[in-house]
Amino acid sequence: MIFVVIAFLWTALGMYVIFGGADFGAGIVEFFSSRDFKEKTQRIMYNSIGPIWEANHMWLIIAIVILFVGFPKIYADLSNYLHIPLTIMLLGIIARGTSFTFRNYDVIKDKWHNLYAHIFTFSSMVTPFFLGIIAAATVSGTIDSNATDFLSAYIFSWLSWFNVSVGIFTVAICGMLAAVYSIYSVENEEDTVHLRGLAKKFSVAIFITGGIVFAVSIWKDVPLLRWIFSEWYGYVAVGLATLSFIALYYAIEKRYDITIRILASFIVLMILFAVSYSHFPNLVLFKDGTYLSVMDIQHSEKTIALLG
Amino acid sequence: MDDFIAARSQMALSLAFHIVFSCVGMVMPFMMAIAHYKYLKTNDALYKGLTKAWSKGVAILFATGAVSGTMLSFELGLLFPKFMEHAGPIFGMPFSLEGTAFFIEAIALGFFLYGWDRFNKWFHWICGVIVGISGLSSGILVVAANAWMNSPSGFDYINGEYLNIDPIKAMFNEAWFSQALHMTIAAFCATGFAVAGLHAYLILKGKNIVFHKKAFKISATMAVIAALLAPLSGDISAKDVAQRQPIKLAAMEAHFETEKSAPFVLGGIVDQANETVKYAIKIPGVLSFLVHSDFNQEVLGLNEFPKDEWPPVPIVHYAFQIMIIFGMLMMGIAVVYLFARFFKKEWLNKRWMYQLFMVATPFGYIALEAGWTVTEVGRQPWIIYGIMRTVDAITPMPGIQYSFYIFTLVFVSLSIVLVFLMNRQIQMVAQLYDPNDPNYNPEKH
Repeated sequence: MIFVVIAFLWTALGMYVIFGGADFGAGIVEFFSSRDFKEKTQRIMYNSIGPIWEANHMWLIIAIVILFVGFPKIYADLSNYLHIPLTIMLLGIIARGTSFTFRNYDVIKDKWHNLYAHIFTFSSMVTPFFLGIIAAATVSGTIDSNATDFLSAYIFSWLSWFNVSVGIFTVAICGMLAAVYSIYSVENEEDTVHLRGLAKKFSVAIFITGGIVFAVSIWKDVPLLRWIFSEWYGYVAVGLATLSFIALYYAIEKRYDITIRILASFIVLMILFAVSYSHFPNLVLFKDGTYLSVMDIQHSEKTIALLG
Repeated sequence: MDDFIAARSQMALSLAFHIVFSCVGMVMPFMMAIAHYKYLKTNDALYKGLTKAWSKGVAILFATGAVSGTMLSFELGLLFPKFMEHAGPIFGMPFSLEGTAFFIEAIALGFFLYGWDRFNKWFHWICGVIVGISGLSSGILVVAANAWMNSPSGFDYINGEYLNIDPIKAMFNEAWFSQALHMTIAAFCATGFAVAGLHAYLILKGKNIVFHKKAFKISATMAVIAALLAPLSGDISAKDVAQRQPIKLAAMEAHFETEKSAPFVLGGIVDQANETVKYAIKIPGVLSFLVHSDFNQEVLGLNEFPKDEWPPVPIVHYAFQIMIIFGMLMMGIAVVYLFARFFKKEWLNKRWMYQLFMVATPFGYIALEAGWTVTEVGRQPWIIYGIMRTVDAITPMPGIQYSFYIFTLVFVSLSIVLVFLMNRQIQMVAQLYDPNDPNYNPEKH
């Protein structure tokens, strides 16, 4: 039963990264669109994510609920040590969600829309950045459960070069997902060209920021590479992701619109797989080398059974 | 401000904010469905406009509710991690089900908003009804989770450990039914009066009168029915609380000494030091009757319990009084409206009738927030009644007051923006939604 629940948790996370990522990416794409294209991008993004963005919250809530029902210790510890980045992420979620809705449902179009748009793009950058930091902090051993002072317990638990580089990487992934996702909902030639260009730029950005993540992990001695490449599946996942990248670039060029969506999602899932599987069953690694495992469930078997 | 008060205030503020939008989400879809049904039956474009006008407002409020709800699922852990660590596995089931309900709701709302002239008209109508049903279920499920905090069950608490967890028993705890029933009716009452009051105001202003009168009739009918049912469900709740949490009931009534034929205390100022209530109206025997259906029965007083288990008596008492007073006012308005509807039709078009509803616009929400204060503050100092104290559940992180200030700023500014946006929606009724208005031209916008 426990494996079913873990599978659910992983699926919810994966779905959130793919769909929520495309959703965050909408604001990022808008941010990097040139002035001439800004309004157009806004309309395209509205058409592609407008109908689904609210359902995206769901994946996050499912993951959270599974976490606190099935693995309450993990939920409680993360909430504790990552209080600050989680709070910033929450403020980002509320700011972008409301500004997006206000922009689209406010019936009078005037300068207020610029304000909503600014809030939306800014918070769309901040939210996935901190989401990346949070994800990295859980697995990179920065959380210091023995800390006694405020800085080590609540700031350096998440603020590290490695975690920040993962944050930037996450922003690039979201941008790519949104650009790729929305190509599909565009009708005219000019917009398609514009979005394809952006999708390619973001793919390059993923390559560069991904490289930085690797470089920082070597520099700061985060044992990321060692985990990922400790077993054959690590090589396979990273290899498949890289091959998919090349294929993605080619598919964007050749305009295989469905293929690029599938490839983009596949790349994201492979990255998630490479990182999470090499840690499994450990979910949270602490600075002192101890960990919280998803298999540590002594007395909530009935709950787990019901969740499954 | 110390961290404990800051954490509780932030949670209270977040819930007080969220509750408004979740109630709108529970009730408005049904009003929309009635207007939509009338459109499908009569083909009167005015009802279509009304449905659309309401649905635009709902979309904005629903999104605000969705993000504030997402925040709450994190805030529970951010502010009270120790509570979630132990309670999560026990009372998590309604939350997982609520997630599913919310999922269905979000999808159905998407279908409904984007479905005009795209789907079969009855399928489209059903989508709207599904939004309402799933919204209602979400509300009931979350209240069931909250009820568990008042009436913990589904586990054995042995030597500080939570053993033999049974999530189903936890979900169907003793308090879930009475709390969910009262909350649902209160949601209909609050939203009904708010919407009716708003349209009453617009009727008095004299624009798009036919449009607003149709809207008023639907919302006022809903408000009136709920206002008459609320005292009944309140009575069920009070009896239930008296049995499960006699100390909460005693605080609600500021009832210090155990006595037979206990009076019902209305209003007054609580003097906790001298354990009395000054300047209150006391109706002999009524409290005993309300609690035990017998004017002579004994009602336990606060003094039966150790002082460190008392909730903040004045807050609970005043909140309860506010709820009762506004509940009675709404019931009074309901009686007048029904009387007019059946016996004095000419009253329905009188200015004073609309003025009455206009004044009552916030009454339901005032009562709702007050009632929720009674439930939550009345449970203190416990976060899990009788098992875990709130003070033991709080996060060890210092500086929560800054978090509280930031969130206060966010909620205040969001509330201002929402009022601003709703006002803009209303300004556009003539152009966008009322086909009988000379300025009607939705294509232009």
